[in-house]
Amino acid sequence: MFGQPTSPRFRAALAGTLSAGLVFGLAACGGGDSDSGSDTDASAAAIDCAPYTKFGDIKGKTVTIYTGIVTPEDTPHIESYKPFEQCTGATIKYEGDKSFETQVLVRARAGNPPDLAIVPQPGLVKQLVSTGKAVAAPQEVSDNVDKFWDKAWKGYTTIDGKFYGAPLGASVKSLVWYSPSEFKDKGYTVPTTLDELKALSDKIVADGGKPWCAGIASGDATGWPVTDWVEDMVLRTSSPETYDKWVSHEIPFNAPEISTAFDAVGGYLKNDAYVNGGLGDVKSIATTTFQDAGLKILEGQCSLHRQASFYAANFEKGTKVAEDGDVFAFYLPGKDANTKPVLGAGEFVVAFADRPEVKAFQTYLSSDVWANTKAKLSSGWVTANKGLDQANLTNPIDKLAGGILLDPNATFRFDGSDMMPAAVGSDAFWKQSTAWITGQDTKTTVDNIEKAWPK
Amino acid sequence: MLAALLLFAAVMGVILFIAGRFGGKRGDKVVAYLYLLPAVLMLAVGLVYPGLRTIYQSFFDAAGSSFIGFDNYGTIFSDKDQLTVLRNTVFWVVVTPFVATAIGLVYAILVDKSRFESFAKALIFLPMSISFVAAGVIWKFVYEYRPDQGNVKQIGLVNQLIVWLGGKPVQLLIETPLNTFLLIIVMIWIQAGFAMTILSAAIKAIPDDIIEAARLDGVNAWSMFRKITLPSVQPTVVVVLTTIGIGTLKVFDIVRTMTGGNFETSVIANEFYRQTFNADNQGLGAALAVLLFVLVIPIVIYNVRSLRRSEAS
Repeated sequence: MFGQPTSPRFRAALAGTLSAGLVFGLAACGGGDSDSGSDTDASAAAIDCAPYTKFGDIKGKTVTIYTGIVTPEDTPHIESYKPFEQCTGATIKYEGDKSFETQVLVRARAGNPPDLAIVPQPGLVKQLVSTGKAVAAPQEVSDNVDKFWDKAWKGYTTIDGKFYGAPLGASVKSLVWYSPSEFKDKGYTVPTTLDELKALSDKIVADGGKPWCAGIASGDATGWPVTDWVEDMVLRTSSPETYDKWVSHEIPFNAPEISTAFDAVGGYLKNDAYVNGGLGDVKSIATTTFQDAGLKILEGQCSLHRQASFYAANFEKGTKVAEDGDVFAFYLPGKDANTKPVLGAGEFVVAFADRPEVKAFQTYLSSDVWANTKAKLSSGWVTANKGLDQANLTNPIDKLAGGILLDPNATFRFDGSDMMPAAVGSDAFWKQSTAWITGQDTKTTVDNIEKAWPK
Repeated sequence: MLAALLLFAAVMGVILFIAGRFGGKRGDKVVAYLYLLPAVLMLAVGLVYPGLRTIYQSFFDAAGSSFIGFDNYGTIFSDKDQLTVLRNTVFWVVVTPFVATAIGLVYAILVDKSRFESFAKALIFLPMSISFVAAGVIWKFVYEYRPDQGNVKQIGLVNQLIVWLGGKPVQLLIETPLNTFLLIIVMIWIQAGFAMTILSAAIKAIPDDIIEAARLDGVNAWSMFRKITLPSVQPTVVVVLTTIGIGTLKVFDIVRTMTGGNFETSVIANEFYRQTFNADNQGLGAALAVLLFVLVIPIVIYNVRSLRRSEAS
């Protein structure tokens, strides 16, 4: 039939090899442009080249790295590789692709994987390892991870006793965005316990406002912001231990603790008095994109928006994101002021080749040297690398997130849906949560998700 | 690229060389088969093998490791979500081809030989040139919802009309099953132009003497349509109907861009992508793909047959 398109995305998925080759060409061109980037001071900083000499002479060798990080966030990445390239004479080929998460699996299964992939979910790391194409991380990387990261992080990518990927960046999800100036004008204070958060919400309602705004639309990933809410609430209404059991399916998805957490979220999101400032009724959450929802804070339509640290990038240029600015975030409080569960996420570097230059570059990426180089170059980026000097974080929200991540009293837990099997973590949990927002009851929701768990 | 060109040249060289060695009457046949060989090989690698492989995979579980017989097909016809998918696909296939063809036919007749014919045709043909994804994005704005709160203004055409008529704005895309029909409208919007173009050509191909003879007999417009136009273009109508029908069965982009298959709007093509890539359930994904394949076959056969029949007459 006349140019009847079967979706371009679908075709791309099947012809993964071909399209990856095309994207590759484009990415190579993009990389050339960013060479003229202005931020050369940090990348020009000399680093100690000694850790990489033991991999032999890798001058002129090329390492390909494939990621879902695209413009503009890719620039600081490409810049941060320069000290390594200068040290060793190797070239890093950066390839960013928005549909990375499906393409990387297609490429691995088709036998055409990149040298390295920056994988944002432990679940996906597991799937990649199961293709048999992933290569365990070298000893040097393993040592770096032992030295610079909390033990839990290593566990996320240790599969059948083998360690596959060092963590790279991290984000803090347990944040609530608010307007500091509004809080000052109306005399609100940042809550330090869940009860205070509820009281604050009620106070805003009493003042004639809708405290919360929320949006969960996100293309084919619609529903994920609800999963973050639920995860945060499992950590707060139960315990981190219950959370771990839930994620690893030692307790079923429809266990009473999880229903409790859902209902706690419902207390906010499915409460017509609380939502959805300037956006509609409860159902409007399902059709509002997560990017748009929080912007209503600036318009004064709502006061609170729970979203991760990366949300700072969504406010338009000129918005002051700071403790004394137009908008800022506070830590989503625990049950009481003493417990401090933190929900977060991060990326991992997984290798598909064990050539010396690949190992050397992996070692660089897992070092404190890289973490600090990257921190100086970028804004809106943090890592849980303990070698990070927090003075290198430039903007206030990065400082806040970095402070929470590296706080010794915090109990960090990785985004649960990212660790569950794909059938749950990137399908049933999202889909059922969306149905839940538009009216489905909690019991049906958790029962349906439990049913989707692979046997 | 260069390697591919060289390979192509080499293959052609070899074939031409071998073909040159045969002569005479029986030689022609051999040469014909030789020329067919590369195309057949490519079809085998690019179409037949993946097709068989998909059928094979559809009998395996999510990870593709253990044989489960027809369980995936059982799931499609028993699971509540999958039944919704089937129901929606039926809606799409029943409504889209007929409405799009009807609109195209009526439009083609109305503008035929009018003063603004080419302009009027261009107008309805334009959506054809827009990709399904772009069409989805455009219509998402048409259906966009803003709440009835304070001085919030509507930005979607449909809700603005509702407000002007004194109604309250509706969240169109989450109202089941209304939302499926709203998505179908997008497909009709695209395909009506296609139907109009083909049918207009068919109408123009009706011999002038027949029309003149009918006019002399004093036939009115309706009889002209019933007795002359429709029977003359009937084979074309069938082709258009079936072609749009096949396209509709495969609809994916519109659903994916507008609702992502949420709010009970998923269709087979979208569901099989979702199962394969989001849910990592290769078996069920393959089974849905096979089902799609099976559903398309009768339409294709009918299409080919009616084409042959019209060529024979």
